[in-house]
Amino acid sequence: MTTIRMQDLRKSFGKYDVIKGVDLEIEAGEFMVFVGPSGCGKSTLLRLIAGLEDITSGTLAFDEKIVNSLTPSQRGIAMVFQSYALYPHMTVYDNMAFGLKLAKGSADDVKRRVHKAAEMLQITDYLDRLPKQLSGGQRQRVAIGRAIVRDPKVFLFDEPLSNLDAALRVATRLEIAKLHAKMHETTMIYVTHDQVEAMTLADRICVLRDGNVEQVGTPLELYEKPQSIFVAGFIGSPKMNFLTEQFADAYKTDILGVRPEHLEIKDKDGLWKGKLLLAENLGSESFLYIDIGAKEPLVVRQDGSAHQQPGELLCVAPVNNNIHRFDQSGRPAAN
Amino acid sequence: MTASPTVRSELLRQRSRSARLFLLPMILALAVVAGWPLLRTIYFSFTDASLTNIDAAKWVGFKNYLSWIQLKSGRTIYSGLLVDPAWWNAVWNTVRFSVVSVALEAVFGMIIALVLNAEFKGRGIVRAAILIPWAIPTIVSARMWGWMLNDQFGILNDLFMRVGLIDHPIAWTASSDTAMIAVLIVDVWKTTPFMALLILAGLQTIPGDIYEAARIDGVHPVKQFFRITLPLVKPALMVAIIFRLLDAMRIFDLIYVLTPNSAQTKTMSVLARENLIDFDKFAYGSAQSTLLFLVIALMTMLAIWIGRVKLDGGER
Repeated sequence: MTTIRMQDLRKSFGKYDVIKGVDLEIEAGEFMVFVGPSGCGKSTLLRLIAGLEDITSGTLAFDEKIVNSLTPSQRGIAMVFQSYALYPHMTVYDNMAFGLKLAKGSADDVKRRVHKAAEMLQITDYLDRLPKQLSGGQRQRVAIGRAIVRDPKVFLFDEPLSNLDAALRVATRLEIAKLHAKMHETTMIYVTHDQVEAMTLADRICVLRDGNVEQVGTPLELYEKPQSIFVAGFIGSPKMNFLTEQFADAYKTDILGVRPEHLEIKDKDGLWKGKLLLAENLGSESFLYIDIGAKEPLVVRQDGSAHQQPGELLCVAPVNNNIHRFDQSGRPAAN
Repeated sequence: MTASPTVRSELLRQRSRSARLFLLPMILALAVVAGWPLLRTIYFSFTDASLTNIDAAKWVGFKNYLSWIQLKSGRTIYSGLLVDPAWWNAVWNTVRFSVVSVALEAVFGMIIALVLNAEFKGRGIVRAAILIPWAIPTIVSARMWGWMLNDQFGILNDLFMRVGLIDHPIAWTASSDTAMIAVLIVDVWKTTPFMALLILAGLQTIPGDIYEAARIDGVHPVKQFFRITLPLVKPALMVAIIFRLLDAMRIFDLIYVLTPNSAQTKTMSVLARENLIDFDKFAYGSAQSTLLFLVIALMTMLAIWIGRVKLDGGER
């Protein structure tokens, strides 16, 4: 059980500030997801925690003990890389056992731990194979297995699903969720740019933007009470509609945000009216793009397939007044 | 669909025809500058040819390689290349030179490649600078080193004397104890950059994230080198070593300029040239050249065979 505390953590590469003063506490046994667009510093923050990059200033503490100057292996972490980073010349077994053998574990203990992890990940049949003889999904399992056998205090994932195809990504995501349930005492930090991964896996999500923490909270908190336009737009798919000018004025705010799933098509007396530009049918649901005279078409989600035709005039209104109001600076507007 | 196999094979025929056409000039050039001289050399090794009258050469069979006369007393006297102590001395010199120089070059080349593979300021300039010894023509560097190694005016003796390593000047290139050492010094100086460059290319194919995984596994840098870097760079290292070994086996120019006429450094190539030109034993020199060719051809075949079996398997 390890809590991680970051205080005014900073990282610069030369004159470029990548992490600009992060204060964050990750609770013991928590599954924390760092999410944000490319270049927001989420991977760098993870590498600072891992000890793969030097901290420029600020403190990083594991259980109140400052670990700034400890090497990765001294910190008791394990990491799963996006590119798997398996040793290409070693068998699956040796890949998993290498670190343990170096730590002078007894041969029986090493064998037991590797086999236990292999069973957990269902890779027992591949223990004698080389990484090049495995598929991408199997390689990522081996990488996860190599991390498990270390019995880490903190488990780090750096976009582990990015190199997998869509079907495998969903399956491996489930595996990781199961893993978290089994290893509930291990603190896990997971970096992704995919908000679906963030929403489904996280106990709490930390949204990063441009080297700063934008908002930290449970997936539902972020979805329901985004503290900025950035978070509101980043969480949820398709992204929230933002309306300004006369549409916002009606709600006495600068920017009005409405999620596509919180809009519905009315037969008449809709708040907004416009022509249907395009309907995307996904079978179980469909997305309607309606030109209501705003800068961008309004996206509306509806159950089932769309029966409306492009060009049709539609009326739209928010359901149950489920709207978000933001001021000019992008923060939630005061009432 | 029934027509497609014939169409495809017609296309294939067309492509192999044009391929042959493109290969023809190269094959012709090789035949003229390599094939013909080689066949002539092999032919002359079975004759009694002399430089003064090559056209009068008569076929003598294997006499240049091995022949014997039975004396009336019953004693048999062998003669020919295969029982010539000078030849076996040259073979031994060549092998000794090749093994020692390539081993030293591999070690130094690896060290330099590891340094050049690290991130530091001015790496580009250092990489270019390291290649200078290799870019200098051998004759020039041999002459240059000849002066530096000179017993009276050489900078090396002067340096060692001042530091107190030696108390009297050493005739590096002339003394029988140091001639081979002098040749080795110059060859290692000259060819290590080539080795370093080939190994560096191998090092750069190793993905960096493996080293990050090793840091998380807590692998000690020395162990990291022997357990991760060395196995992964081995294919490139083996190719470099085989290239250099084949090259070292036929060394000629450096020794011819630096230590001419020293029995301690005379290699197969140097000896063959001596017989061919200086001693006017053209047929005998041809026999030596033929044997040298056979040795290198055999090693090349071995290298290619090893390459096919091992190196491909090592490529990951």
